[in-house]
Parts: sequence; C-alpha cells; structure tokens
Amino acid sequence: MERSYEKYFRQNRLPHLWCPGCGNGIAMKAIVQAIEKKGLNQDNTVIVSGIGCSSRASGYMDFDTLHTAHGRAIPFATGIKLANPELNVIVITGDGDCTAIGGNHFIHGCRRNVDLTVVLFNNSIYGMTGGQASPMTPTHKKATTAPYGAVDRNFDACKLAQAAGATYVARSTAFHVQHLTDMIAGGFDNKGFSFIEAIVQCPTSFGRKNKMADPAKMMMWMRDNAVMQAAWDKLPADKKTPEKFPIGLFYNEAETDYASAYDEVIQIAGGAK
Amino acid sequence: MSSEISIKMPRCKGCGICVAFCPKGVLAVDELGKVKVVKADDCIACGQCELRCPDYAIFVDKKVEA
Repeated sequence: MERSYEKYFRQNRLPHLWCPGCGNGIAMKAIVQAIEKKGLNQDNTVIVSGIGCSSRASGYMDFDTLHTAHGRAIPFATGIKLANPELNVIVITGDGDCTAIGGNHFIHGCRRNVDLTVVLFNNSIYGMTGGQASPMTPTHKKATTAPYGAVDRNFDACKLAQAAGATYVARSTAFHVQHLTDMIAGGFDNKGFSFIEAIVQCPTSFGRKNKMADPAKMMMWMRDNAVMQAAWDKLPADKKTPEKFPIGLFYNEAETDYASAYDEVIQIAGGAK
Repeated sequence: MSSEISIKMPRCKGCGICVAFCPKGVLAVDELGKVKVVKADDCIACGQCELRCPDYAIFVDKKVEA
C-alpha cells in the first residue's frame, strides 16, 4: 500500500489544506513523481515557492524548501542557484504569483536563462484571497472582481515564457497526470530556464463562479478541450474554439545558462580566489 | 476479487473525483463525506482513482494469486 513517492512528503503535514477536489495536490504529486523518475537527490534539491494556494506545496514537500515573498520565488531561486549551482532548484508558483505580482521577475528569469524548473499551477484565479480575477482568468469567465465576466484578455504564459527567452516550455493539465509528470521530468533535463504550466482545477473559487463546481467535471473539461501539440498543428482554424488549448512540449533549445555565463565572467576577471 | 483497495481515511475529503472516474462504479461518497467501497468485486484495478486522487488517499493494488 505504501507508495514510494510518500517519502518526498512531510507526513506530519498531511492531509494538505487545499479544498476538496483541488488540482494542486495532483500537480504536487506529479512533481515528486518526476523527481523520483529522474532520481534527483532529496538533499540536493531545493523547492522555492511564492505566495498563494499553489505555493503552499513547499510546506508539504520533504526537501530544503523556501516559502518566499509574493511573486519573488524566481529571484530567491536565482540567488540559490548562483550561490550553489550544484543544486536542483524547482520553483512552484501560481498564475497570480507568477504573471501579476512577479511578472517582471518571471520574464527576466526567462531572459537570463537561469537553470531553474518553474512549475506554474494555473487555477485561473486568486483562490486563497477569495476568487479575484488574475491575469490568467480567461476572458468572459467570472470572478468575484469580475461579476459580469473578465473584460481583460488573459496571458498565455507559455508564449510569454518562450518570447522572454525560456529554453524549455511545456503545458499539461491535472487530468493528464502522466503527461504532466513527463513534462516536468523533461524540464529537469534542460540546463536553463524550464517552464511548465500545469492547468489545475479550482472548484471552490473558479468553478462555483463558472458553473463547474464539481472538480471531476472540471477535469473532464480538461480532457475534452486539451489537444496535444501535434494534433493542434493539424487542427483546422474553425475547430480551434476559444475553449480549446494545446498541451505538450512547445519549445526546447539549448542556450548558455546564467550560472555558466557568470562563470565565464569570473574567469575573464581573473578567476575566483 | 482480484484487487485490493486501501483508503487513508484521514486524508479523504470526499471530493468525488475517484467516484466520477471509476469505470465500474465501485466507489461512492458516504453520508459522512468520505469515500467508501460499495462494489469491491467489480474492481478491475485500473488505478484511475489512485491516479486522480488529489489527496493521496486511495490506493489500488492487483491481488497476487497465492
């Protein structure tokens, strides 16, 4: 009965405090399974998170963990990576934390190509603070601050990351658990900024406002609307309805990462004493 | 029965994801808001419930014939 991934959890902290049916638990399990799959050392791996529902994950994971200021997970992680480039640094962040409060940190982390694996739990809403619309709330979807539907257009975080210079960009959902695990594991292999968007359900704040209060129905929505990248490319334009979205590995190119570039500067300046 | 279902009750929040995804209707949420096994003999050990449980509360193992 005891599963091998249980050793990566702080058993005295479980059950976690996420709402019944919250997809964050599924995404957190995908991360630890990816860690197990790639054989990352528990003592050599650091989990950094910001603020929000998603960022509670660092408290449940039995690694060296850092629960940082709102939106500032990537700067803290950059510091850790530069201080000790041997560490595997994983950032867990949410849609509001990463693209609103930490929006600039996010694009500059991508630009520098810091060797981090950033997993964004996208629940489309600010869950913890009461369901306000985030920059990733889809247009026309309701939130407590958008009772008639969000007016704003939403960010496509994957396109944003790629345009800003991330070298590994992928998306998956809480329904596609094994695919999500593979996408995260692929991010560990990439030496550079790896960005994985995990679409998760928030039945409490997002679902109830948008006639999808049943978490299982939200997962079925992911199943029905997510299209694998290869199939998405062949999909005729009229079938690409606003509900549908592509998942899979979108971009992966090798570029010099920030710690290596910094080492070069140290060499030019005379080497570290 | 060819499978063994175990549930960590303190972890279960009764969200119903396992119930919805079980292809054989083996599970149900009881009046206390916790999952329970109602048709154990129908379980085919597909593992959908375990795969999708966000609270790591349910586990399915194939029973090894002695």
